[in-house]
Amino acid sequence: MINKIVKTMAEAMNGIRDGSTVLIGGFGSVGQPALLIEGLIEHGAAGLTIVANNAGTGRTGLARLMELGRVRKIICSFPRSAGSVVFEELFKAGKIELEIVPQGTLAERMRAAGAGIPAFYTATAVGTKLGAGKPVQEFDGRDYVMERALPGDVALVEAWQADRWGNLAYRSSGRNFNPVMATAAKLTIAQSQHIEELGELDPEAVVTPGIYVQRVIHLPYGDPKS
Amino acid sequence: MTDKDWQPLSRGQMAARVARDIPEGWYVNLGIGIPTLVADQVPGDREVIFQSENGILGMGPAPNPEHVDPWLINAGKQHVTLQRGGAYFHHADSFAIIRGGHLDLCVLGAFEVAENGDIANWATSEADTAPAVGGAMDLAAGVRRLWVVMEHVTKEGKPRLVKRCSYPLTALKAVHRIYTNLAVIDVAAEGFCVKETVPGLSFESLQSMTEAPLIDDRATQ
Repeated sequence: MINKIVKTMAEAMNGIRDGSTVLIGGFGSVGQPALLIEGLIEHGAAGLTIVANNAGTGRTGLARLMELGRVRKIICSFPRSAGSVVFEELFKAGKIELEIVPQGTLAERMRAAGAGIPAFYTATAVGTKLGAGKPVQEFDGRDYVMERALPGDVALVEAWQADRWGNLAYRSSGRNFNPVMATAAKLTIAQSQHIEELGELDPEAVVTPGIYVQRVIHLPYGDPKS
Repeated sequence: MTDKDWQPLSRGQMAARVARDIPEGWYVNLGIGIPTLVADQVPGDREVIFQSENGILGMGPAPNPEHVDPWLINAGKQHVTLQRGGAYFHHADSFAIIRGGHLDLCVLGAFEVAENGDIANWATSEADTAPAVGGAMDLAAGVRRLWVVMEHVTKEGKPRLVKRCSYPLTALKAVHRIYTNLAVIDVAAEGFCVKETVPGLSFESLQSMTEAPLIDDRATQ
């Protein structure tokens, strides 16, 4: 019997190595796998490259992971936001590397990684400093920059519903980066608010088919903290 | 012609002026700041579908405080509602909508727009090493029409409609139209074409607050 559901956080985090690239879902606090981030802190892996839309707020969650010195590099579209105090401190002190990526390019680089596409061309960032140094190619009279796929060793995602095969469904704008990150990592770990019996999830409503998911942990976390 | 008493538009009036030009049926993304105010200025009987980068089509206005859905936020991370007929999708699909040219319009704020349509709206200086780009570059390069809404000059009185942007660029030759608190200006092949000015403001006065040369293309002068 296939059963991807793990009972403990230690099982969920098992095998995450120092130096891993970790994709973390969520947009703001909505759809963010807050308890898996706590688990990663507890697990202790260091030298991480984190891919997330934002660079953490306050001093908990991703910000705490950074404050503990576990993050070597962050790849994100929006590093600076209200409350990104830990990132600001580390960045000013030269203790964290930053790669800013336009949000659509960030999503597409992970989509490409999940789809076996090593690189692609996009009009986004042409002629700007985020496109500088990247190969440019003209197609049909317009310039495009080449962007590389962005695969993860690990993806941490939050689902609303999951089953033991790893099928996932999401809740409203909590979907955001989670499904695309689930496709782009070798080890995708989902925290889910609800666990459904196999067959209970409407096959038409499954957003992430279980093939992309290795581990599921039931964490009825409640509403996102605003 | 000498200036009569003229008043710049307020932020709300600028948003209302933009909303007037959005026809029924358009799919529209609104940036943060004044652009966000545009949604509330579209008349209720005109169906315009708003998109949000975090995976929403059919985004509605802010909820009443007692009806907040903590799972439903917009790209500015404010609580919003979903209209009947709305849909959710993931980030890669959301940016396929944006980058694939499916949106009729995006309205963004900006620091500067150049006469060739270059836009600078994400970083205030070359020295800033951690500016937040978000979806600005994807929107500016990807949508069918880009309109900018911004004050005509900076707080210090420096023109924002310039020959060449001095701030880091968001996209090249991307802007189609600019709505300022003083005028509506199309970005045409020949440069900035003034379509409309606030009542009482002369073309010469507007030019004096604009770095790049203006072309007077107002219907009534």
